[in-house]
Amino acid sequence: MTNHWIDIKNADAILIMGSNAAEHHPISFKWVLDAKSRGAVVMHVDPKFSRTSARADFHVPLRSGTDIAFLGGMINYIIEKDKYFKDYVLNYTNASFLVDKGFDFKDGLFSGYDPKTRKYDSTKWAYELDDNKVPKKDPTLKNPRCVFQLMKSHYSRYTLQKVSDITGVSEENLKKVYDNYAATGAADKAGTVLYALGWTQHTVGVQNIRTAAIIQLLLGNVGVAGGGINALRGEPNVQGSTDHALLYHLVPGYMSVPIADWQTLEDYHKANTPASNDSQSANWWQNKPKYFNSLLKAWYGDNATKENGFGYEMLPKIEKGQDYSYLFLFDRMYRGEIKGGFIFGLNPMNSVPNSNKLRKAMDNLDWLVSVDVHNSETSDNWHRPGVDPKKVKTEVFLLPSAHRLEKDGTVTNSGRWHLWHYEAVPPPGEARTFGYMVVELMNRIRQRYKDKPGAFPDPIVKLDWPAKFDAEEMAKKINGYFTQDKKIGDTEYKKGQLVPSFAALQDDGSTSSLNWLYTGSVSEKEGIKAKKRDATQTPMQAAIGLYPNWAWCWPVNRRILYNRASVDLQGKPYNPAKAVIEWDGSKWVGDVPDGGWPPLATGKGKSPFIMTVHGYGQVFGPGRMEGPFPEHYEPVETPVTGHPFSKQLHNPCFKSVTSDMDILAKPADPKYPIVLTTYSVTEHWCGGGETRNVPNLLEAEPQLYVEMSPQLAQEKGIKNGDGVIIESARGKVEAIAMVTVRMRPFKIQGKLVHEIGMPFCFGWTTPGCGDSTNRLTAFVCDPNTTIPEFKACLVNVRKADKLTEIS
Amino acid sequence: MPKSFFIDTSRCTACRGCQLACKEWNELPPNKTKQTGSHQNPPDLNPNNYKLVRFSEHLENDTVQWYFFPDQCRHCLEPPCKDTIEGYVPGAATQDPETGAVLYTEKTKEVPFEEVRSSCPYDIPRKAADGRLVKCTMCNERVSRGLLPACVKACPTGTMNFGDRDKMLELAKKRLAEVKKTHPKAMLADADSVNVIYLVLDDPKKYHKTVVAQRSDGLSRKQFLAQIFAPIRRPVEGIGQSKS
Repeated sequence: MTNHWIDIKNADAILIMGSNAAEHHPISFKWVLDAKSRGAVVMHVDPKFSRTSARADFHVPLRSGTDIAFLGGMINYIIEKDKYFKDYVLNYTNASFLVDKGFDFKDGLFSGYDPKTRKYDSTKWAYELDDNKVPKKDPTLKNPRCVFQLMKSHYSRYTLQKVSDITGVSEENLKKVYDNYAATGAADKAGTVLYALGWTQHTVGVQNIRTAAIIQLLLGNVGVAGGGINALRGEPNVQGSTDHALLYHLVPGYMSVPIADWQTLEDYHKANTPASNDSQSANWWQNKPKYFNSLLKAWYGDNATKENGFGYEMLPKIEKGQDYSYLFLFDRMYRGEIKGGFIFGLNPMNSVPNSNKLRKAMDNLDWLVSVDVHNSETSDNWHRPGVDPKKVKTEVFLLPSAHRLEKDGTVTNSGRWHLWHYEAVPPPGEARTFGYMVVELMNRIRQRYKDKPGAFPDPIVKLDWPAKFDAEEMAKKINGYFTQDKKIGDTEYKKGQLVPSFAALQDDGSTSSLNWLYTGSVSEKEGIKAKKRDATQTPMQAAIGLYPNWAWCWPVNRRILYNRASVDLQGKPYNPAKAVIEWDGSKWVGDVPDGGWPPLATGKGKSPFIMTVHGYGQVFGPGRMEGPFPEHYEPVETPVTGHPFSKQLHNPCFKSVTSDMDILAKPADPKYPIVLTTYSVTEHWCGGGETRNVPNLLEAEPQLYVEMSPQLAQEKGIKNGDGVIIESARGKVEAIAMVTVRMRPFKIQGKLVHEIGMPFCFGWTTPGCGDSTNRLTAFVCDPNTTIPEFKACLVNVRKADKLTEIS
Repeated sequence: MPKSFFIDTSRCTACRGCQLACKEWNELPPNKTKQTGSHQNPPDLNPNNYKLVRFSEHLENDTVQWYFFPDQCRHCLEPPCKDTIEGYVPGAATQDPETGAVLYTEKTKEVPFEEVRSSCPYDIPRKAADGRLVKCTMCNERVSRGLLPACVKACPTGTMNFGDRDKMLELAKKRLAEVKKTHPKAMLADADSVNVIYLVLDDPKKYHKTVVAQRSDGLSRKQFLAQIFAPIRRPVEGIGQSKS
C-alpha cells in the first residue's frame, strides 16, 4: 500500500477491483464502511457478486481478464471529459516529457519487439534528452511526442462501445463507475484503489496495476489522504517477507540479486545505480551503494572488507535472464533436474497451478523437507489418491513448525507497519520456529565446511552468523549497526551503536544493515519501535487517522508515500481538511515528508516521486517487460478469438513452459467454453492446509463448491447442491454446485459467455472435502513477476453421476 | 438498566467472526457439515451453534441483493420462553436483573422442548444431546465481569454493538435515521420488546422469516398454549412452520 488501512476512511470514492476485500481482508471494511458513512461512494468491479459487493454502493460484473480494457476506457473518459487534475499532472507526472522517436505502437505491439525471443528492446522507449541528459518537457502538453499526447492517442481507442463489447460490462455501468471515480480529479477529493490477487494473478498482472496507477496520477490521487494504490496483501507478513527478499530476483530492500555479468562490486553498482542531472530530482536510488554495501557488511561482518568488495565476490550469482521462480522450478523438477529441497510453510501441491503436473514433479525428488504446522497435500504427496506410496522414491522429512502465536517476532502489514507480536504459548512438542531451524541448520552446515572445507568454503564459513536465533537481536541486526566509530555531520557515532536512519548508512563499510528500509526501526532511545502502542497524535494527524507513535512503518515512519504530491508548489495542501503534510514556513508538519527539502516554489525543493530517476510519477512507464502503456490482451485461455483493440490476442511476452502436461485450450475452444476464476474464502487460509485442521472453520466452509449462474445451471441440467465435474485441458475436479444469482453470464461480442468461480482451499488430506481446484488452472505467467494466471482459464462443467472426492 | 445488543446489518459483511467466536467462547463442538449449495453453514441454529449468520440472496430489477443476518436469542424484555419453562419447572429459566440476560439452567432438561421452541417468536431454543435446552447466554459471565460478549468482541466492522439499553437504542435510532436516506424501508426489528435490536435495510422477510416476532406479544399463557395445540389456527407465517 502507498497508504495504510485506516487511511481508507479518508476516501471520497473507493474502487475495489481485483479484490474481494470484505471476504479476504475483513478488517478493511471497518474503514471502507467508515468512508461510506461519511458519504464516499464504494464500487466493486468483479466477476462475482460477493460479500464485498453486498456492502458496496453498487457492483459491476466484469469478465475475468479484461481489467485493462475497463481501466483503459476510464483513462480515455478522464481525458475526453477533461476530468484530470491539471496542476498535478503537469507538475508531478511525466506527462510533459517528450518521448524519443524510437517509440512507436502498432496493432498491439510497441517498437522493439523480437518475436523470436518474445522480448522487447526497451531502449526504444527512451525520453528525448536535452544536452544535460535531462528529459525534454512540453509544459503545454500539446507536443504530439509528449507523454500526454501519446497516452491520449493510445487510449482514444478504448471507446465505451469497444470496452463494453469485450468486458461484458454495459455502457451504462461503465459510465457509472467512470463518472463516480473521475470526480476525484478535483483538488480536494480523493479516490482510492483497493486491489489484490484479482489483479496480480493474470498474464497482464503488472499492467493491470500500472493502468490503475495512471488513473491515480491523472486524478492527483497519489500521495494524498484517502488515495493511493493499495495492494491488500494476503498473508499477515507477506509485505515483510517481500521486503526481505522472498523473491529470487531481489536481495533485501528491493535491490537486484547479483548476476554473473557483474563479477565485481563495482560492476554491480555501475549497473544498478541510477544517475540524474536534474537538480530537482532526489533520485533516491543513487544511494543504493550505501544500502547494498551495508547489507554485505551485515552478511559478512568483519570478513567484509573494502579489499574484497565487502564480500560481494563470495556471493553466488545467477545467470542473466534465468528465471528461478516456481514456473521454471517445478518444470525442472518435472524433468528430473532437481534432487531435493526445503519447503517452508507452503503447500504448493494445492496452491500452485496445474497440480497434477506438480504432484508428479515432486515424485521425482530424492528427498524433501516439509516444514509446516500440519501435514499437508505437500508433506504427504506420496500418499495421494491413485498413487502407490511404495512406488514413490522421495524420502520426506516433516519438521513441525511453531505457529505465529507460538513465537516472538514481527509482521509488516499491508500499510508497511512493522508490528511486534509476542509468544502467547510455547510451541508444542518438538515444534520449533522457522528462525530456530534456519539458524541451527546453517550452523551445522558451517561446521561441516569448517571440518572439511572443500573447494570454496568462504561464502559459508565467513558469514556473520548467530549461534542462536533471537527475534530481538535479529530485529536490531536488520536495523543495522555502526561497525566503527563514525562522524556524520556534527554527530559522532560509536562502534556498536544502532544506525538511526537509512540516511546515515554508508558505502565505506562503517555501517551494517540487513535491510535499509528498516533502518530506524530500532533505536538506542526507544528500543524496538514495532512494540510501540502510543495513540498520541497532533490535531492535524487526528484529522486523517494518522498515528505516528503506533508501531513504526517503513520508510522512516512515513505513513503515506509520495506525500509531497499532496501539496502545491508552495507546500499548501490541495485538500486542507485532510492535509497529510504542510510547509509552515520553516519545516514540514503532519506526516514524515518524502525528504525534508522546502517546497518546489522555493527553487530548493525536489520533485515528489523520489524513487524514480527523474522525480515524476510515471504515466509513461518504460521499465516494464511488455511496454510503457498498458494494453489489453486476452488471458492465455480465452473464450474469444479476437478483441477490438489489436490483432495481438495475448500478452506478447507472457511466460510459460512446454512439458507434455502443460496443455492449453485454444482460443474459444468449443470443448472448454466456460471461464473459470479461482479465489480464497474468508473461512480458510490460502490452500487450506492450516485451516482445514480447525474444525470450527471446516464446519463453516466444509467442501469444495463451484458458484455458477442459474442460466448456466439450467443449460447444463444442474440443480443447486448437485455434485458436478469441472474439466479443463489439464484436469478434472469434483465440486458441489452453488447455483446463485450472484454469478451472471456476460454478453461478449454479441455472444453469451458463462463464468464460474471456485475456491482453492480444499485438498485430499481432509477426508471428503474435495481436492485441489488448481488441477484445472494453467501455469502461464506474467512476464514481469512470473505470477500465474489463477484468475482466468477455460473449463467445461457437467453434472456428476457419482462423487468420489466429496462425501 | 438492562444491557442490549445493537446489530447493524447495514455494516455486516458476513465474515462470521461472531459465529465462530460464540462457538469458541462457549467451547461448543463442531458439527459435521456438508456443502449443500449455500454459504450458510451450519444450515440452522443447533445445540452447537448459538449464533448463526444467515445468508439470503435476491435478484430484483436486475440488481442483486445479498442480505446477512447474524441470528441469535433476542433476550426479550418479557421472554415468552421463560414463561413457558417456568410453567413446567420453576427456576429452570431466569432473567438476570442486572443485564437482562435470559438464561436456561440444567433443569430445562425436564421441560418439553417443542413447547419452549414454539413459544419463542424467533425460533431460537434448541435441545442439547443431554436434554438441556440451550441458546445464546449473552455471555453473561463475561458481561458481569465488564467484558463484551464474545461475538461483539470479534466483530471487525461495527455491526455488533453492546452496552446499556438506552445507549444502544440511541445508537440504533441514529443509524436508522442515516440509512433511511438511502434505504427507505429500513427498520429496527421489535426494538421495544427485545434486548437484541437489529437494524435491517429492507423488508425483514427478505433476511429471514423470524427477524421480527412471528406472533403478537401479550398473549396470556393459556391463550398461548391454546395456540400451540391448535396449529391449524395459527397465522400462515406461524411459529409451527419454522421448524426444520
